[in-house]
Amino acid sequence: MISRKYREGSIVALLMLASFLTILTTFGILFSILFEALQFFKQESFFYFIFGTQWFPEGGKFGALPLFAGTFYVTFIAMAIALPFGVFSAVYLSEYASKKTRNRLKPILEILAGIPTVVYGFFAAITIAPAIVKFFEVFGFDVSFQNALAPGIVMGIMIIPIVSSLSDDVINAVPQHVRHGSLALGMTKAETIKFIVLPSAFPGIIAATLLGVSRALGETMIVVMAAGLQANLTWNPLDTMTTVTVRIVDAMTGDQAFDSPETLAAFALGLILFFVTLTINIFSVQMIRRFHKKYKISNL
Amino acid sequence: MKKENKMNNNYFYIPQLAKRKRAEKRFKFIAAMALTLSIAFLIFFLSDMFLKGYSAFNQTYIKVPISITQKTTKMPHQAIDRKTYSFMISRAWLRSLPRLIEKNPEWMSTSQERWALASSSVDQYIKGKHTRLTDIQKLKIDEMLKNGKVETRFNRIFFNKGDSKIAEYAGFIAAMVGSVLTMVATMLIAVPLGIMTAVYLEEFAPDNKITQIIEININNLAAIPSILFGLLGLAVFIVIFGVPRSSPIVGGMTLALMTLPFVIVSSKAALKAVPDSIRQAGYALGLTKWQITRDHVIPLAAPGMLTGSIIGLAQAMGETAPLIMVGMIAFIPDISTSFTQASTVMPAQIFSWTQMPDRAFVERAAAGILVLLSILISLNAIAIYFRNKYSKTW
Repeated sequence: MISRKYREGSIVALLMLASFLTILTTFGILFSILFEALQFFKQESFFYFIFGTQWFPEGGKFGALPLFAGTFYVTFIAMAIALPFGVFSAVYLSEYASKKTRNRLKPILEILAGIPTVVYGFFAAITIAPAIVKFFEVFGFDVSFQNALAPGIVMGIMIIPIVSSLSDDVINAVPQHVRHGSLALGMTKAETIKFIVLPSAFPGIIAATLLGVSRALGETMIVVMAAGLQANLTWNPLDTMTTVTVRIVDAMTGDQAFDSPETLAAFALGLILFFVTLTINIFSVQMIRRFHKKYKISNL
Repeated sequence: MKKENKMNNNYFYIPQLAKRKRAEKRFKFIAAMALTLSIAFLIFFLSDMFLKGYSAFNQTYIKVPISITQKTTKMPHQAIDRKTYSFMISRAWLRSLPRLIEKNPEWMSTSQERWALASSSVDQYIKGKHTRLTDIQKLKIDEMLKNGKVETRFNRIFFNKGDSKIAEYAGFIAAMVGSVLTMVATMLIAVPLGIMTAVYLEEFAPDNKITQIIEININNLAAIPSILFGLLGLAVFIVIFGVPRSSPIVGGMTLALMTLPFVIVSSKAALKAVPDSIRQAGYALGLTKWQITRDHVIPLAAPGMLTGSIIGLAQAMGETAPLIMVGMIAFIPDISTSFTQASTVMPAQIFSWTQMPDRAFVERAAAGILVLLSILISLNAIAIYFRNKYSKTW
């Protein structure tokens, strides 16, 4: 009897140890990045890193503002595509489509989410970017082959299923009697969706958007393949721009020593990326929780 | 006039209502369009890949006269008439000529016509793509085509050679083998750890603060950008632990940490689906919690766990960014068969081909994408098959 108890206990302890590994991973990421980033900030000013507008690692200038701006700009373009397409697709699937169509179309949309990002990057760099250059040349614009628009659009397509499947979940979670009440008052279906369902599902849609944003901020391959390397502070989407992830990859694939300022700067960029995406994610989970509490759904 | 008539005849006609009905139709149309366009993106995208990539599965060969002498074994470039043929024959083929002669000693001191691998520019011209050939060279190829001295065959090189700087000689197999090795390492780490964590959290963990922290943490881990896992792999596995750079083992360890949250979440869902009556029946028979879990709950949840693991595997297989961080975009001309040798994976190979200046590599990259996508689709199909075959409704 005693041996059985001990065996049981040791197995549970082993399982528990395994589950602590996930915590270890998070802290591993945090500390490995933090450690190198702190070394970077010992050498360079934190203030200039955040607000400086010149990024020339070769010249010892590490102002990351154009990188942040480029990242947010590409993310903005991506969300401008993913949000309307994602939300309206979700509305159609959950409100208008018959059960049969829904079961057929939803997996097709989800294929988009399963395609590797390197494939999207190839698509952006080889197909979309030259097409954009050709299109805008007709109007006499001078367009860079590494414009911000191509990776933005393709990233938007990639994020559509993320936004749509989460929005679909929350729209479905809005109780049916709310809809019936609205229809009984003589509202049309579109009005019910616009004024009743979507506002009720709003926190969930915000959460879906935030998750999409966090995906877009950290997306690497599409921008590495289709966006430029040049740190450029501009409003023109047809101009070349670079992002945080592009510079991280560039610093890590060069032949610099591991403790060179450029490599350390990449860790500093990684640290910022870590905190921004983590904050967004925590915030979006909170949003979904609040939504589920409101409608007393207890599976999250 | 017509509108007035309608109003006069129909007592119930309310203009606002017509407007609202139009708005209703418009709204439905917009929603349907959004979905249609999203699916159209997918179709356009896949067909674009196919059109760009399928031609790489064929390779052009050219019949050229070669004269073999003692000198050829040292300087194979002299075997052909360089002025006429040099632009159309692959340099890689010429380099392999001495080995061919060694295998066939009877060729020595003869002149003959042989099928030779065409250079990428000729290959691209035959396939009707962008090429660097001059007009005179194009005419020459056209003439040879008429005489039946140009033919396209199935591209065996793509499936049995490693990477090369010469476009027509570059193959995908080294990357495929590298992917398999990396995935084996990933799954050997991620699946046991993931299932153990899921079993602990679902079956044994007390409902306290620590458990909650672990659950929230798993959720957050899934949302961390993949490139940061690469930074972790570089800073911890390579620099601190000294795991060999570019090796499948370091790639596998990095990807395992990334796939872990997915495996945990899907395994937890599978465990949750096992009804409590099974557990209670076990208790009633006097079994311990671990015995019930080991002999009843885990076997019942296994198909679900398997499905989740396969989908996680498919995700890890397409991942590129963290592997670039740990150096898995090395140039690998030979197939590596060990976990510690430098190697590359399929997505990384596609990436490095896209970065090549020679346009002929684009076709190879697209073909690589087709191979990768078909493997991923088959993995997902297998997962769906398992789910449908073993799924139980209690």
